[in-house]
Amino acid sequence: MEDKILELKNVVYSFHTYGGEVKAVRDVSFEVRRGEILGIVGESGCGKSVTAQCILRLNPEPPGFFGGGEILFDGKDILKMSNKEMRKLRGGDIGFVFQDPMTSLNPTMRVGNQIEEVFLGRGVDKKFVKERSLEIMKQVGINDAEKRYRQYPHELSGGMKQRVMIAIALVSKPSLIICDEPTTSLDVTIEAQILDLLLELRAKMGTSIIIITHDLGVIARLCDRVVVMYGGKVVEKGLVDDIFYDTAHPYTRGLMSSIARLDTKKDEKLSPIEGTPPDLFAPPVGCPFAARCEFAMDVCKEYPPETYQVGEEHETSCWLQHAYAPETVMRKKNAVVLEKGEAKND
Amino acid sequence: MAELSKEMFVIHGKDLKEMENISRPSLTFWQDAWRRFRKNKTAMLGLFIIALYALLAIFAPMVSPYKFSATDSSAMNALPSLQHLFGCDSVGRDQWTRVWMGARVSLSIGLVSALVNMCVGAVIGGLCGYYGGKLDMIVMRIVDILYGIPSLIITILVMMVLGKGVIALVVALCIVGWIGTCRFVRGEVYRLKEQDFVLAAKVMGVSDIVIILRHIIPNILGMLITNMCMAIPGAIFQEAFLSYIGVGIAAPNCSWGVLAKEGIQYLRIYPHEILIPALIICSTMLALNLLGDGLRDAVDPRLRGTE
Amino acid sequence: MLKYIAKRVVAAILTLWALVTIVFFLVRLLPGEPFTSAKLTAEVAANMNAYYGFDKPLWQQYLTYMGNLLQGNFGYSMKYTNKTVNYIIGQTFPYSANLGIRALVFAVSFGLVLGIIAARKRGTKIDFFCVIVAIVGTSVPDFIMGAVLQYFFGIKWGLLPIAKYEGFEYTILPSVALGFYTLASVSRIMRSSMLEVTSQDYIKTARSKGLSEMRITCKHQIRNAIMPVMTMMGPTVASVLTGTFVIESIFVIPGMGKYYVDSITNSDYSMVLGMTVFYGFFLVLCNLIVDILYGVADPRVRIGKR
Repeated sequence: MEDKILELKNVVYSFHTYGGEVKAVRDVSFEVRRGEILGIVGESGCGKSVTAQCILRLNPEPPGFFGGGEILFDGKDILKMSNKEMRKLRGGDIGFVFQDPMTSLNPTMRVGNQIEEVFLGRGVDKKFVKERSLEIMKQVGINDAEKRYRQYPHELSGGMKQRVMIAIALVSKPSLIICDEPTTSLDVTIEAQILDLLLELRAKMGTSIIIITHDLGVIARLCDRVVVMYGGKVVEKGLVDDIFYDTAHPYTRGLMSSIARLDTKKDEKLSPIEGTPPDLFAPPVGCPFAARCEFAMDVCKEYPPETYQVGEEHETSCWLQHAYAPETVMRKKNAVVLEKGEAKND
Repeated sequence: MAELSKEMFVIHGKDLKEMENISRPSLTFWQDAWRRFRKNKTAMLGLFIIALYALLAIFAPMVSPYKFSATDSSAMNALPSLQHLFGCDSVGRDQWTRVWMGARVSLSIGLVSALVNMCVGAVIGGLCGYYGGKLDMIVMRIVDILYGIPSLIITILVMMVLGKGVIALVVALCIVGWIGTCRFVRGEVYRLKEQDFVLAAKVMGVSDIVIILRHIIPNILGMLITNMCMAIPGAIFQEAFLSYIGVGIAAPNCSWGVLAKEGIQYLRIYPHEILIPALIICSTMLALNLLGDGLRDAVDPRLRGTE
Repeated sequence: MLKYIAKRVVAAILTLWALVTIVFFLVRLLPGEPFTSAKLTAEVAANMNAYYGFDKPLWQQYLTYMGNLLQGNFGYSMKYTNKTVNYIIGQTFPYSANLGIRALVFAVSFGLVLGIIAARKRGTKIDFFCVIVAIVGTSVPDFIMGAVLQYFFGIKWGLLPIAKYEGFEYTILPSVALGFYTLASVSRIMRSSMLEVTSQDYIKTARSKGLSEMRITCKHQIRNAIMPVMTMMGPTVASVLTGTFVIESIFVIPGMGKYYVDSITNSDYSMVLGMTVFYGFFLVLCNLIVDILYGVADPRVRIGKR
């Protein structure tokens, strides 16, 4: 059996707008293995949601369009699938949990119907559908499922709505679930419950999960591997421990030092990353992070960085790993160039 | 391709200035709205037609050799010609003069009543929304009840009480017309005053007057103007309707409603007497609608920064 | 739900009461005595005044009128002593209702279809066509629409009859003239509402479930997009109804609208009062029905959370 359930290869995705083309996703590659939880982390507007929605082709087209790349699910390229195949994939093999449960449920449909709808057109027996829906509602922790089944979304609390969203994503037992900031709009206590729920589901059903967030706490708690995105690109990826304890990209380092930890001293200052993310109308030619990077060099502005393998599972796109680069805390011993920067190909 | 050289690998740290360079130019709200409005060709066309008609309404009757109410028995039902550009009506009055005289009346009724409705509605709605409390409760109960009453029926009766005439028409259109604006403004103000930036201003001790002038009015002005622009064709419609059923303005005075009423009687024999005024009325409505749509799109805060 | 209906009913009754009161006093304010014809002697006029109760104080007249209304009596004509308002309504209302329902059905069904198609085919020629129909439709007053239709279809091309109301082909032109404005505004609202709904998050959710385009459009988009159209149904009924005033005059249809305008022209004040009150009743009732239907259609409205 193939180890990778999903693989993105050099995916490029852009939007047409009045100001020209906005390149939201620029050459993104990563993979998801069976039964693992992969985290995608980054600031708002770094392209993580667009990437996630690319996988199910949920971005509105037009104005959105693919500029290249492959997305392989179980070895089949999603970008070449017909509408019919796509529909089978959506809700069948891949479930999607959206960011805002308040607006992601249809206000004029009963909760139960919205869950059952997933089975429409899949030739499943009606009685089974209802049983299965009630079962999944119980599984995601909705008490009194029979009653909730007949309620409308506005009668439920935020946490309950997100559970319904998860139930919708899970009801057909998909092999992959994509959660786009599933807890951002929820209270901390509810967030903890939802995260526990995801872990429990993985343990029970062996589902692979992609979780998108800007919250490193969520990553630390849940994920096996992490992809760090910035300015529409993947800047670093690796096992969760690599990212947290052996950081190899200045941006990731910045993320780490901008959050409070238990061991942060009382008078120790947090150091936020100054400035704003690049404007994707006119993305910088070199490294997207160069302008905000404390280690920025001339080369960073002019050439996109090469990708280096710095550990078994650990990759980073940063010039600091180059042989010419000065010695810094970022420097890893066994850095090997994986992918030459575009500079070399011109 | 230049080779990478060692000199390029010298750390000089952040360059926050460069980041500012690549961000887009910032526009004020009205600049942005005007930019989008100007790009909207149909809205500009609407503006052009309205301006043209307004100029004609002001000057055409002045320079015309005929008086709008002067009859000429030798030119009864005359077809359009060089002497009479739009022909003549059944008693020989020059239609060109009458159409633009009618435009004066109809356009000013539309404009004045929309303006009055906007002001009255905005003040009452704004006070209710901003101060809330008992005043709000009482006024809103009344408004809710009045809102359920078909306004045109009340307008007809008021017209019958006041008699025919321009002033009477404006008064009649305003008696119930402000209610819609009032509800709209109240809702908007109510929503705005709960917003954080108004709360922040309050916490800083800014007076009510300043909050209203600085924070509330600029935020609803765009939509208010749009609403008004959309209300003008409504008012012109109502004038025409009232004149048509015989309680608005009556011949020999003229308005577009009067022209339509008279023209329809001769539809079979002299169709130009209805078709020409109809064309002018409809194109005005069309222009106002286009203008209103353009304004709405231009000031819609959700569309900021887009096409 | 019951509480919601009860609230709406109470509001409707209050509105009705306000309406009747306003209309009653407005009509009493109308200039001129009812019996001032030169043929009438002072004595006869006084008798007539006494007969109709005009010699009593105003508040007493008001109470009498309200009492009559509660018994379903809308009053009588002062010009034709043998005709009551109820009789006239019974004679003429069926024509108006027939015309109004035809116009409404025509306008709403075609308006919805146009709006939906335009939104689905956004930016194409079909969309452009629908938008043109909508904007032209809202720019043409109904009496002009009536006249233009009469001129082209009736007089110039001789395709359809332009007067009276005696069979299906007689109903086409007046219904179209009466309904066109509504058709245009329904299609405009439906189009923009569809476009708004299309960008909602729950449409993405629906797509992520792998539903067919058909299902998404019908069950998720149209179902939610139709709400703003429903809120405008109250005013729409009112505008169709006032439209009958002129359309019935133009097409010589013996309906209530034509009779109403005739009564205004003849200064038959008691008839105007009675018919106005009846129109008011009818519209308030329509609004009430629309409100209740709206409550049924949108579960959020029922608990006052919008």
